[in-house]
Amino acid sequence: MASDYEFSDSDGDYDDDEDMIDGTQDETGESEDDMDMDAFGDDFKVVPKGKRKSFEIEYESLSQSDVEKLMKKDVEDIVGILGVDESTANLLLRHMSWNTERLIEKYMDNPTKVLVAAGVTVEEPPSSPAPIRSHSIPNSATIGTSQSGRRPTRSSSKLLGSKSPSALKSSSTVSPTSTTRLSPRATDLPTPFVCPICFDDAPTLRPLSLTCSHPFCSGCWTAYISSKITDEAEHAIRCMAEGCALVATDTFIHDLLTASDVDPEEAKVNEETWARFQELLIRHFVASNPNLKYCPYPACTNTVSCPAAASKASLTSVVPIVSCGARGIPGAAQASGSGGNLGLPGKEHKFCFGCPIESDHRPVVCAAARLWLKKCRDDSETANWIKSNTKECSMCMSTIEKNGGCNHMTCKKCKHEFCWVCMGPWSEHGTAWYSCNRYDEKAGVEARDAQSRSRASLERYLHYYNRWANHEQSAKLSLDLYAKTEKKMEDMQITSELTWIEVQFMKKAVEEVDKCRMTLKWTYAMAYYLAKGNEKDLFEDNQRDLEKAVEDLSELLESPIEAENIPMLRQKVTDKTVYVQKRNEIVLEDTAAGFLEGRWKWNVAIDGFDDPEKTEF
Amino acid sequence: MTSISARRLGKELTEIKAEGCPVGINLVKADDFATWWFTIEVMGESLYQGEKYTLQFRFDSNYPISSPAVQFVVGDGKVSPVHPHVYSNGHICASILGNEWSPVLSVIAVCVTIQSMLASCKKKERPTDNDRYIRFAPDNPKKTRFHYDDDTV
Repeated sequence: MASDYEFSDSDGDYDDDEDMIDGTQDETGESEDDMDMDAFGDDFKVVPKGKRKSFEIEYESLSQSDVEKLMKKDVEDIVGILGVDESTANLLLRHMSWNTERLIEKYMDNPTKVLVAAGVTVEEPPSSPAPIRSHSIPNSATIGTSQSGRRPTRSSSKLLGSKSPSALKSSSTVSPTSTTRLSPRATDLPTPFVCPICFDDAPTLRPLSLTCSHPFCSGCWTAYISSKITDEAEHAIRCMAEGCALVATDTFIHDLLTASDVDPEEAKVNEETWARFQELLIRHFVASNPNLKYCPYPACTNTVSCPAAASKASLTSVVPIVSCGARGIPGAAQASGSGGNLGLPGKEHKFCFGCPIESDHRPVVCAAARLWLKKCRDDSETANWIKSNTKECSMCMSTIEKNGGCNHMTCKKCKHEFCWVCMGPWSEHGTAWYSCNRYDEKAGVEARDAQSRSRASLERYLHYYNRWANHEQSAKLSLDLYAKTEKKMEDMQITSELTWIEVQFMKKAVEEVDKCRMTLKWTYAMAYYLAKGNEKDLFEDNQRDLEKAVEDLSELLESPIEAENIPMLRQKVTDKTVYVQKRNEIVLEDTAAGFLEGRWKWNVAIDGFDDPEKTEF
Repeated sequence: MTSISARRLGKELTEIKAEGCPVGINLVKADDFATWWFTIEVMGESLYQGEKYTLQFRFDSNYPISSPAVQFVVGDGKVSPVHPHVYSNGHICASILGNEWSPVLSVIAVCVTIQSMLASCKKKERPTDNDRYIRFAPDNPKKTRFHYDDDTV
């Protein structure tokens, strides 16, 4: 029973998360992005915005700073509950992938263990030096991970020491680890300090260390941290000393990257590195939280929160298409901005919360959409080629390509001899070798029947695929259509009395056609997998109505403009646009309702659904 | 960064030249800061007694932040030692050359580690996946993601 779950512990946590997100949203009110969207939407939407339609999912778009607030709240909670400082709480949470509950549980259980594992403190009694780890015998992985933390600093300094007495001296006289966390701090060292990495001993050198007191010069630290952040996209940066598992705190990294004793050019690079570090932290937070997903569009830093689609089970009943609210791609914006005063806003950042498809794949659910895409990638071209170049052996159904020779075929596999032209057995050709005039003979007809049956499934696939591909192609051409439409809109203003606002109906129509083609495209993927029956018939009726309406409207948009026709054209286009929009909503609404009711039956096994045979209750 | 790498290698080289290498290790060539060669012998009683191998170091401009590419030289009469962690193409599977590399390690420290890795060997044999590995191995061993799971050898 669903109601039972609401009172279980795990669901309680989940609710907390939801509240947390909602709470932050309430505080901040509507984000700027949302307002932009509203302003834009109101101009053109026929149906007033506000009411969420049944095929739309509830979600929030969060900017980078909104996510930072969420992170901060988690950190503050931990600071309050565990009584640790903020950087420690940060490191602990990151170590536990932001799972607050588990962190608290583990911390209460054994704080030292968690602190050491998270790289906050060094292990109190350092374990004996482990030999270098190599591979081959599948040993228990636990040895490796538990000891990798404290690998022999001793042996390394010995090795180094034999060659560089100065390094030995500096590392052996380091003051013992204190438990308070001061970072960064200049370690008290006997002068002169020689950085064990660059071997520089300039008196101006700034030796820095984490609480493990492994001192290195600030230059080496910066180079190391920058390399970790920019090259390895690593946010947990360990001390440079061999085997030291201590992780650098944000303050330490920040102080290094904002140091003022570098030239302006380097300072700029450091600033970028620091920004990148912040982004890495946010990405890690978002990746750890099933309610959040990072916008997949290039250079976009927004996040979408969609608790309704966080679980895998929910994906069988909803298609969580979300938008982060931003439009276009920075840098590429100039190119599309050439749309002049049409002001093409760039493509909205729409993506699916439930799967990696970066576009609107409504009405079909994620699992079926993925299955379809995979099939298309694997099959489409091959299937076309097979269809046009091969035949099946009428005995064993092996696919055969005839690449030369006469019509007397002998199947490599089953040794069946047949005629390539009529597909009948060769034995019936008697002495009429190499000239087939037996087209109507019974055996030949039967063989061709069998062949056509085996071709039917391929034909069926290609039927859906071609329509799918056609809409995809049209969608790709929509940019051209936008440009053409813009031209027409300008013409219209010249040839008629219509104002700029009044010719907007063209643009609106183009947008609607584009949107509906997307829906249509995916209805073919859906129809391909739908099991035969009344439900599918109804679905295809809706699909046909939408397709017809879309094609009519497309035709209107392509029609030539004559001054006397403009008012009529305007009326027609506006009417059609509203109609198309309605048809599109009917398809989406009905399909979404069908998923909620569990009405759709598939003809193949699809992730998360019952197998096709067992669908009857 | 280039300057750190050059300065550091310069310093290491000066020390090697001034103080010599540990027993069994000899510098063959270090004409630039890109590739260095050492010969390596296992002293005392071991399975590799009397055998001499050539170890090659390749450095990129991020050394010592990033690890050097270390491998045995194979070809031209040189072979790689038969060892459970050394492939016949000279590649070495050792954690300190991969994820446990630390900038405080040095060229000589790596040599000594590899020397002791050979010295502690109990049985001369190739890694079990040798044939499969060398067929697809990249030129630079750093491009291989080794899986380190054996602490004992």
